[in-house]
Amino acid sequence: MKTFLPIVLVVALLAAVPLFTTSNVVLNFLVTALLIALAGQGWNLLGGYGGQYSFGHAAFFGTAAYATAILQVRYGVNAWLGLFAGIAAGAVVGAVIGALTFRSGLRGSYFSLVTLAFAEVLRIIASVAPITGAGVGTLIPLDLHARAFQFQSRVPFYFIALALVALSLIVVRAIENSRFGAYLVAVRENEDAASALGVDAFSVKLCAITISAAITAAAGCFYAQYFLFIDAEIAYGPRISIDALLAPIVGGAGTVFGPLLGALVVKTLGEATKLIGADAPGLDLVIYGFLLVGVVGLAPRGIAGLVTAIFRSRVSGGSTLERSHG
Amino acid sequence: MLSSVILVPAVLNGLMTGAVYALVALGLTLVYGVLHIINFAHGALLTAAMFAAVFAYTLLGLDPYLAVFLLAPLFFVAGYALQRFVIGPAAHGEDRNFLLVTLGLAIVIENALLYFFRADTRIIDLPYAFDVVELGPAFIAVPRIVALGAVIAVAAALWAIMRFTDTGKAIRAVAKERLGAELCGINVAHVFAITFGLGTACVAIAACLLIPTYYVNPTAGEAFVLIAFTVVVLGGMGSIAGALIGGLFVGVVESLSSVFLGESLGQIGIFALFIVTLLVRPSGLFGARA
Repeated sequence: MKTFLPIVLVVALLAAVPLFTTSNVVLNFLVTALLIALAGQGWNLLGGYGGQYSFGHAAFFGTAAYATAILQVRYGVNAWLGLFAGIAAGAVVGAVIGALTFRSGLRGSYFSLVTLAFAEVLRIIASVAPITGAGVGTLIPLDLHARAFQFQSRVPFYFIALALVALSLIVVRAIENSRFGAYLVAVRENEDAASALGVDAFSVKLCAITISAAITAAAGCFYAQYFLFIDAEIAYGPRISIDALLAPIVGGAGTVFGPLLGALVVKTLGEATKLIGADAPGLDLVIYGFLLVGVVGLAPRGIAGLVTAIFRSRVSGGSTLERSHG
Repeated sequence: MLSSVILVPAVLNGLMTGAVYALVALGLTLVYGVLHIINFAHGALLTAAMFAAVFAYTLLGLDPYLAVFLLAPLFFVAGYALQRFVIGPAAHGEDRNFLLVTLGLAIVIENALLYFFRADTRIIDLPYAFDVVELGPAFIAVPRIVALGAVIAVAAALWAIMRFTDTGKAIRAVAKERLGAELCGINVAHVFAITFGLGTACVAIAACLLIPTYYVNPTAGEAFVLIAFTVVVLGGMGSIAGALIGGLFVGVVESLSSVFLGESLGQIGIFALFIVTLLVRPSGLFGARA
């Protein structure tokens, strides 16, 4: 159980927050941070561990958000069932994109480009297709009952978001310690060498993108239930793709806690800019952009890597290049 | 059946639009061919150049076609500095980092423009913007003809630089064999920055050609850069001829698909072309390897 102990501690710590405050401002902040952490954890599995940098995770987020919203609004499906259907839909989109791109051997820049293009195609389709509500978007009718996955208070939402994040942490930690996780990291470090040693790189990447998509999809479903509204720009726009990759990179890509740490930092910075800039459009994203360049340039392993490096150099008196394990 | 009265103008107009796509793609493919990275900041730089062209007109009274001679060198220097002092050092020579750094720059540039100039769409009024020339059954706007001519001139100039100058030789050497070039005494960081500067200058020229007939807002460049990606992938990453022919081809495809499918789905035609090319033939029509 030692491998899961840090997760239990962190989740317990976060779970204690509502004991101290039920302020909507604080909880809203934490819920959106958890949402980004969840979407980012999906990216982290594929990008951080697998080295496949997707610029279009919005494709999974948006599909799941639309799936859960449309199933409720148009087909009267229960919201909780919609959650699972949404995750499944996101995973399917992930598997299809993965099968197409990895089958044709797209790597590096090409993979980033094609994921971006898929998200854009979905955005254009969603902004004209009648089933998504086209340009108007889809509004989930208010029905404040637990069975409809809607709550008057933010506290239950907070716990559900936390539970989803906890689940994603456990899944990623379990993968990290599994044979599959080792294959994934091998593919990231050197795909040709990994293949030469008998790793089926295609299957490993396909599996990774499917799980990755499912995790990000969970964030999409939660978004739809939390805000009760979705349109093409929110669902498939570049904003969510950027959030999903920024959080793990800032926190530490390829570490279990990277996305959560990064999401909290990025979200705090975003809110701070809003306070200073009096909500001027664009300013928070300017900061995000600088943050991305700065982290890549100065701390390529993110905050987690920075902390580990400082800690290790104090303990052993020398620097170490070994990758941190959360 | 559609008659040639509709098809011929559609094809001709497509060719003219395609010329500007080709120019944007030229900058992108140049950077890819030498640095082997995709510059995700290309669209944001195009937007910045379009704003610069608008302000050159409104503040300095400079006609966009004259502003080229100011903006192209200016953006060359800006591109050089970006690569030399920001992108290069921040990327630590790793391809994945290049992607992230240029993406970060794109976010910064686009949103800084949004912050300073708001989401307002700006246009400038020029006396010749609506002049047309009759060409058989088609009426072609003068600015489009100018654009086509300018793009051919720029492509020829680039080709000449690459072919006949020492800098061009150094660029080709670095593109072929980075380490070997470095061992021969070529300053690779300098060549990278020169290339990036040339790519950025292409974008500045494209902006000046676009602005007489197009609008600008903080996301105006995005539409072009996704098309430019398509062009580059179609023509083969790093191939100058590929960018030219690919650009013209995509222009025609877009023009025809909006005749047949309508405006908003015309865009889908381009993306479909893009994804299919990437999946079926990632090396493109003129590319040597994937």
